Amino acid sequence: MATLGELERSVMDVLWDSTDALTAGDIRDDLAHGNAAGVGKELAVTTVLTVLSRLEAKNFVTRERDSRPHLFSASTSRAAHMAELMHEVLGAAPDREAVLARFVGQVSPREADALRRILAGK
Amino acid sequence: MTITWVALAALAFALAWPVPILLARAAWPARAPGMALVVWQAIALTGGLSMIGALLSYGLEPFGANLVDGLRSLSGSLFAGSLPRGSQFSQMFALSGAILLGIHLLLNLATTFVRAERSRRRHHQLVTLLSTPMPERPDTRLLDHEAPVAYCLPGTTRSMTVLSAGLIAILDEDQLRAVIAHERAHADQRHHLVLLAFRAWRGSLPWFPIATRADEAVAILVEMLADDQARRVVSDDTLARSIAIVASESPDATVATALTPDGSSTLAADGASASRRIARLVDEVKPLGLPARMVAVAAAVALVLVPTFLLLSPAIPA
Repeated sequence: MATLGELERSVMDVLWDSTDALTAGDIRDDLAHGNAAGVGKELAVTTVLTVLSRLEAKNFVTRERDSRPHLFSASTSRAAHMAELMHEVLGAAPDREAVLARFVGQVSPREADALRRILAGK
Repeated sequence: MTITWVALAALAFALAWPVPILLARAAWPARAPGMALVVWQAIALTGGLSMIGALLSYGLEPFGANLVDGLRSLSGSLFAGSLPRGSQFSQMFALSGAILLGIHLLLNLATTFVRAERSRRRHHQLVTLLSTPMPERPDTRLLDHEAPVAYCLPGTTRSMTVLSAGLIAILDEDQLRAVIAHERAHADQRHHLVLLAFRAWRGSLPWFPIATRADEAVAILVEMLADDQARRVVSDDTLARSIAIVASESPDATVATALTPDGSSTLAADGASASRRIARLVDEVKPLGLPARMVAVAAAVALVLVPTFLLLSPAIPA
């Protein structure tokens, strides 16, 4: 059984991979056929709509209310979200250390060079 | 009350300047990072307490012989709207300073926690959408990105460890276990709470170099503590090697050069945390003995108790 988070991810994957805006039914069909995990097998359209509403509330999805049924598209590309994430991880964003602890924090070029030499020497 | 405020001011000064500098330079914290962390927390707590306490007890001098009497008489005077005979402007300034400083520190702590929680949630959402769970490792997720990074994202109920594809590509199985054990230690020991508290302190006192120094010292100590947990799972050599590999492949090294041509950006002024962690593992630094640990804990406890005693003890003569 897929968790809500995994469902959201599958739905976003469909939207990110699609060039057009999709209806909830399109997304359900895509999930049922497409991925190997079989997340969408027994999904009802209402479930997909619930997931879409959650994603819309978090500003990941844009809904076109003029069309019937509503059309959904990703509000930002996967690459842009990845860039935002890595920006935070690599410490360019304020407050990041408070939120997450990287295995190795910031490394100066000089330190990286020194370590590279030591590793090569061993 | 004169003795009280003079003693508290002296303590506040000692904890604001010589004591943290000595501790930051000392070698023993690397041998007992947990103890050192306790001592840093005691210094921060007592430093703040004695700073506010000194201002408060100086300001309350005209109101009463001790803190309790002083506060009681102060509230009476506030209602009456007039000051007791012999009170000086400097004392009123000190009193206002104590109240403002106290509010400032508490508000800053609260806003730091709220802001961190908000960005943690946002980050959690992004990670959920952009990474895939690693089936063979619980609470570990794989991020499809070439930069070699590993980090722990604390959660209210469950924390997650995030590994990038770039990291998995450069580490072998044992080294990967070292990284994961290190990150799980951060989550299990709730290190982010300590880091947040020191970050808040640094944020509320930006003109106070010691707060910055303490924040940096604590950040390294927390890494050493997590390293010590990882050493239980893998050999010291494996752990040292994985730190060296990840650090030498670190994307910061290129980021920093990109930011400033001479490579001397703020990123570079980190105090070589990775090298210090590696040196500690390679040189087989022995953990501090039990007596020395006891002394450290006793010192920390005494540090917190002294200003509390000075402030609350009504027996101290005026």
